[in-house]
Parts: sequence; structure tokens; C-alpha cells
Amino acid sequence: MKMPDPDQSIMARRDEIAEALRSIVPGEGVILSDRELQVYESDGLTAYRQPPLMAILPQTVEQVSQVLTYCHAEGIKVVPRGSGTSLSGGALPLADAILLCMGKFNQIVDVDYDNRCAVVQPGVTNLGITKAVEGRGFYYAPDPSSQIACSIGGNVAENAGGVHCLKYGLTTNNLLGIEMVLIDGTVLRFGGKHLDSPGYDLLGLMTGSEGLLGVVTEVTVRILPQPETARALLLGFSSSESAGDCVAAIISDGIIPGGMEMMDKPAIEAAEAFVKAGYPLDVEALLIVELDGPQAEVDYLIDQVSEISKKCGAITSRISQDEEERQLFWAGRKAAFPAVGRLTPDYYCMDGTIPRNKLPLVLKRMREMSEHYDLRVANVFHAGDGNLHPLIMYDANNPGELEKAEDFGSDILKLCVEVGGVLTGEHGVGVEKRDLMPEMFNEIDLNQQLRVKCAFDSKALLNPGKVFPELHRCAELGRMHIHKGKLPFPDIPRF
Amino acid sequence: MSHIKPENAGQLEEAIKWALSEEESMEIIGSGSKQRLGRPVKASHKLDLSALTGITLYEPEELVLSARAGTSLNEIQDELAKHNQYMAFEPMDYGALFKGEADAGTLGGMIACNLSGPRRLKAGAARDHFLGFSGVSGRGETFKSGGRVVKNVTGYDLMKLMAGSYGTLAVMSDITIKVLPAPPEEKSYILYGLSDGEANRAMSVALNSSCEVSSAAHIPQIVSDKLTQEAEERAMTVLRLEGHGPSIAYRADKLASLLADFGTGSLIAGQQSRSLWQKVCDAEILSVSGERSIWRVSLPPAQGSTFVDSLKLEGQAQHYYDWAGGLLWLSLIGDHNASVLRDKLKSIGGHATLVRSAKDVEDAKSPQHPLESGEHALMKRIKDNFDPKAILNPGRLYADL
Repeated sequence: MKMPDPDQSIMARRDEIAEALRSIVPGEGVILSDRELQVYESDGLTAYRQPPLMAILPQTVEQVSQVLTYCHAEGIKVVPRGSGTSLSGGALPLADAILLCMGKFNQIVDVDYDNRCAVVQPGVTNLGITKAVEGRGFYYAPDPSSQIACSIGGNVAENAGGVHCLKYGLTTNNLLGIEMVLIDGTVLRFGGKHLDSPGYDLLGLMTGSEGLLGVVTEVTVRILPQPETARALLLGFSSSESAGDCVAAIISDGIIPGGMEMMDKPAIEAAEAFVKAGYPLDVEALLIVELDGPQAEVDYLIDQVSEISKKCGAITSRISQDEEERQLFWAGRKAAFPAVGRLTPDYYCMDGTIPRNKLPLVLKRMREMSEHYDLRVANVFHAGDGNLHPLIMYDANNPGELEKAEDFGSDILKLCVEVGGVLTGEHGVGVEKRDLMPEMFNEIDLNQQLRVKCAFDSKALLNPGKVFPELHRCAELGRMHIHKGKLPFPDIPRF
Repeated sequence: MSHIKPENAGQLEEAIKWALSEEESMEIIGSGSKQRLGRPVKASHKLDLSALTGITLYEPEELVLSARAGTSLNEIQDELAKHNQYMAFEPMDYGALFKGEADAGTLGGMIACNLSGPRRLKAGAARDHFLGFSGVSGRGETFKSGGRVVKNVTGYDLMKLMAGSYGTLAVMSDITIKVLPAPPEEKSYILYGLSDGEANRAMSVALNSSCEVSSAAHIPQIVSDKLTQEAEERAMTVLRLEGHGPSIAYRADKLASLLADFGTGSLIAGQQSRSLWQKVCDAEILSVSGERSIWRVSLPPAQGSTFVDSLKLEGQAQHYYDWAGGLLWLSLIGDHNASVLRDKLKSIGGHATLVRSAKDVEDAKSPQHPLESGEHALMKRIKDNFDPKAILNPGRLYADL
């Protein structure tokens, strides 16, 4: 993966830049030593490492604004970072860019139960929001698997998902407002505690923009009353087709489960060996279907789903009888990544989304690819919304194997696009899938997205090298080729 | 002025390319159902999308539907109903306000205006169900964004930018949305005779419980007269419960005991409940006679009644609350309401939109809530990057947007 060539003139000015930034963020807010910078050299996509020019740890919005104003004036690139858990390299540093670390913004500013929202700083962890409100019976719905560590600011940047998206939405559906700083230092607020805003939906646009448009300094999220109860079914099938049919049948019957997860045989075996959740080992596919809500509803729907699963040929079926058993059903799924990690020195986690009915085809083609590349793959799948997480197993110590795993991953994502899906469901494009963007978008599509970038950051200083395979200058993107005097389309009906 | 009616996406691109080359502006219309909403467009031509019709993909078990932008919402809703599905965000029909009868409009118009309804509380707005589109920018270029799957973070979320942009950035030709199973049953629990403040608290208690109330409205007495034939004499606070029968029964009981301090309520079911919510949704319960202006105020739900108190409404003024207090509909007489409403909102947050104005009032010059300068400048830069010659619906949102 080629990153933009570092600007040597900026790197040569490192001491002077550090001094200027120290006057804005005094004390330990500017990190320069190689040893300390090592902590920041990669995010959750650990195959890529690059120490930043320096790391800056601001504590106030004013400082963020001043840092960005300075960088904008001096033409210095900025990579924002939350907790650094991105799986797509969204927070991968650049040699000539400062890394703007938002970890010190870790305060819950306000919890407003009457308006069912919480105002938090961006460095608060996803789980930290739920922890702050659970005493009063509330929670924050999106729950990416990194929720114990990932920050809400990073969740906004990546539009993070989780296992409950089908029923409760992604980050973008659970935000009410943000405060953010543009690269020129302008502080803006979009939304608030109300439900919609006048003008263009810049809150929605910012969500999932991967740190390319601005730096989020405050987030207002919706909080929800906890469901009264939750129960889960553990269903085993002799083929992924029948498991997929069962998912379709549940939805066709008008049921939207709180969570619906599928695992294939290699994933089941890995998980069972690791956590001993009691998963059946004689099945090809396992479904966990969780119903949550009022007691009467959950009891009713559990029976419905159980009936449906019988019709779809489930060969094993268990219904959680208490909270402990429900947690046990989930334990294996939640530990699927580390469980696969025990079977292999390294694994590479992919994140495509497909129309659900293409699952059997995609799994079949993936098995063929697995043979072709001679690399094993295990699959966990957010079955309700078609989001696949193939885990490709490899050994980075074997020369060429990382590249082989990456090629395998690219082939899977191309296949996702080919069957009508997309490159990434929740992990983001980052650097990882940057060069695959043309699989999904043509040049005009990408240029229109880049024009959005121009409206926010015309010098392309924020998080360069991410999301877009090529950067064009805004002046070039602004040009129009207009053909004057062309006959006005004689074919179009006019009155 | 010419009236241009492309019959396919290619002709749409041609039409916009031509307008660009001539630097001629165009007003974008579907069925024209929301033409009177917001600022009027002064354009040289009409670009009529009503011939771009048809559902192009509907896979109920995948919860996805694609259609051309000019497809009527009635057609889409009829097709969804055949499979017991619906658009969960419940798009408002502005027909009642503008012409006194239902006038659903088109899919493109629904997205362009980011419509929603009482279920917004639980299900979000059109923006939250908008998966992908293809359209033509003011640069005369056809581009696409998003896809047909519900979970997708590939590239910027341009769907959010298009939803609510009132056709000022690009003209969509094809749209894909997420659809959902329609709840098999609905009932509404109604409390009578509460003051606005009490109702606001009751709605808050209901929403903060695990009863999964999907809509909450309070209709003061003066407005509730229009709700039912038998002219209900008292204010109504209405809480909607949707889902499977056993679940609704359970939640209704729970709600009644939770809200016992606010009095004993009653339940309405089925068509009676649906019809009530449709009137709430479409603002059908407000008086729209000639000298009245209709305002829509979005604000923090718990502050709804405090805000209304501060307005000291009198005489012929009418109001009611949706979204548990977070959406306030007002029917006011006279001029210069804009400055009063917007000043009072400053301290609590939110915005006020003039939906329909009485003739010749000053307020009509700025129907949309004014933006902060930095935000406005950013939106203008976005507009310039999509529609540099301002040929698409110029001035529809703000004078320069």
C-alpha cells in the first residue's frame, strides 16, 4: 500500500513545528521521542506501521482549533486519532503529519434523561456511555466488538456498527448532534438535542467520513431504555443455505431480531475449542438469534422463531432459559476473533456486505479461493444485515504470505461488489480498501465525493492517503467542461 | 419557460447538460405536492420527473426496494402492503396543509424533503432508510452513491447530503430504500384532560420506560375538536403501541400503571388508531384558513411545553405536539412570528420553519431557520461543488442555496 510521499520540507521543520505546537498545548501535550511515538505507530490494522511526525494531545476545543489553524496556515498534514482501534487503518500515521490524539477528551458532559440523550467528549469509550447511564436503565445502542476500547469520536468517524444494527441502526442513526473543528480552525455545531436540523444534513455527512472532513470535539448521542429482557436461540444447520433460508424466513415473517449472527464450521470449531459454549460440532452453520423487548413479546417471538427454524430444517435447537445461558451462547461468537487467533499466527479480518440471498454463492466461491490461495478462512456473519467478516488465516513470518492473504481479501471484497454488495459494512475504507474503491465507484462518482472533501478541506491536509485512491487538486475538480451551442436534446418531451 | 420531461436517466443528464451550457436554471418537480413548501424557486424552466417511474427492484426478504425518482408514493406503499411491509419512518403527506386533501407525492420528493412522521421517535426519518441513489449533479454528470445493502460505510454518506437538500445539489433518478415488516397490530393509549406541562411529563415517563412507545403526541383541547366527529371536549395525550398482539396487551397494561398518576386512560385500536396518527402526521388537525401561518418547530422534547408557555399564545392560535414534545405544530395569525419564535428558541435549541404562510407577510422571506455563519458558508461551498452555476432549484432552501 503506497502512502503519499512525505513532504521533506515539513519533516525538516520538525523542531520548529514542535515548539509552535507546544505553545498551544503546553507540557506533555506534544510527544516527540521515538520510544513514546512507538505507541502510536499503528491502529487496529497492525500490518501497517508508521511513526507520526509527532503526536499532539490537546485537552480543550480551543487547543484543537488553534492546532488546526496553525497546521492549516503552515500546510502541515493532520491525522486524527481516537482510541486507535480502526481495523482499516483509518488512524494510520504519516511520517510528515502530526497525529492529533483525542484521548484526553474523556468526560461525560451531560446526561439528559428527559430528552433521552447524553453529551460526551469524543474520547469517551463506546461502552463508557452505556456505563454512565445504565444505573438509570438506559444504554447506547451501537455496540462494535471493540466497544470496551473504541472511542465515540472514532465511532462517529467510522459510522461504527455492531451486532444490533438491524434493529437499532448504526452510529449515524443514533446521533443527535456534534461539535467539530474544520481544518482552518472554525468550530461548528450540527444538531443538538432535537431531532432534525435546517439546511444540509452535515451531521449525517460527517458520520463515517473517516477523519477526512473535520475533528469531532463533542458528541450528543441518543440513549434508549434497556429492553426489559432478552433471550436467544442457538440453531444448527446442515448447510449454510438452510441457515440463510432461516434468516430470510424469520424476516419474511415480520420479525426483526435484536441480533442475528451466523458462523461457519471453521468458526464454530475455533470458538468452541476456545470458550466451550456448548456449540454443536456436527453442523455446517450456526445461527444465534436474539429477541429483545418486553417479556411477553420475547416469549411470543421465541416460539415463532423456533417454529420457523424447524420448518427450515434446523438440526439442533436450544433456547436460552436464563441470562447466564444467553451470555454463554454469545460467548463463543464474541470470542470468535481471538479463537481463530489461537489457530494461526496471524489473521486478517475482512468486512464486506452482500445481499443476504447471495450468501451460499459467496461462501462457495470463498472456499474455492481458500483452496487457490492455500489459506484457511473462517466466517462470522452479521446475518440480519448481510455483513460478512471472513477471517483469513496466515503466517506473516512466511515470506509472501501477508501479500497472499491481502490478495485473497481483495478477491473476497471484489466478489461482494460483484454480487451487489459493498466493500465495507462497518470497518471503513481507510488505507486497507482504498485502492479497491474503483471496484465500486467510477471516476465521476469518486470525483464528486472528492468535491465534498474540497468544501471542507481544500488543501487536503486532513487524513490524506485514506479512502481515496487518488487525490486531485480542488482547482482541477472544480473545472467544468461545457459544450456551448449543443442542440438541446430534441428527443426529450417538452411542453 | 419550457417544461422538460425526461423519460429516462440519459435524457435527464442531457437536460441538465443543456441547462448548464445555457446557464439556465431549472425548478425540479415530481408531482408538485410540496411546491409551496419553503422558498419559491424563480427558475427559467421546469424539470419534471414525473415520467421517471417504476419500481425496479423489490426483494421483501432483503428489506430493500429501488424505484425511479418520479414513482408515486402511493404505488410504492401499495406494493409494500402486499407483502406486509412499510416505510417505517411514515412520510408526512403535505396535501392536507396545501390543498385540503391527501397528495402523497413521489419517492424523489420524499427523499429530497427528508420526510418523516410520528414514528420518527423510534424509526428515524427518510434519511435513516435511504440506502443509495443515482443522479445528475449541477455539473451535468451522472454519479451514484451508496448501494442496496443496509450496512455500508464505503465512501462518504452522500445519501445524508441528498436527503433534505430539496433538489439543490443534484437531481436523483434512481433511489434505493430500506423497508421493514409492518407491525401486525397497533393500539393507542389515550390520557385525557392533561395540561401541556403534565402531558410533556407523561410522554417523557412513557418514552423512558421499556414499553417501546413508537409515537407520542399531545393535542390540546382547542385542536382536538377537529380530531373526531363527536368533538372530543378534552385534551388528548396519545401514546402508540405497535407490534404483535400479546406484546401490545402487555405493554398497554404496564403503561397504564406507570401513568396512573396522570389519570385513567383508554385504548383505541386498529383503524381508529391509524386514522388518528395519520391526522397527527399530516397536521390535518390544524386550521389552515387564509390568514393563518403554519409553523413547524423542532426542539428538545422535554422543553416543548415550556417553550409554548413562553410564547403566551392567545386567541385564535392553535398548537399541538408530536415526537413526545420534540415537534411542535403551530397555526398562528399575523406577521412577525418568526422573530418571536426564533428568539425564544435561542436558549433551548432547535429551529422553526414556516411551512405555509399567510399572504404577503414579512415572515415568508425567511421560511427556513437562519443558519450560523460558519455553517452557512460550509453549506454554500458544498452547493458550489455540486452545482457551481446554481442551475438546480436556486434559492429553494436559502437565498444562496
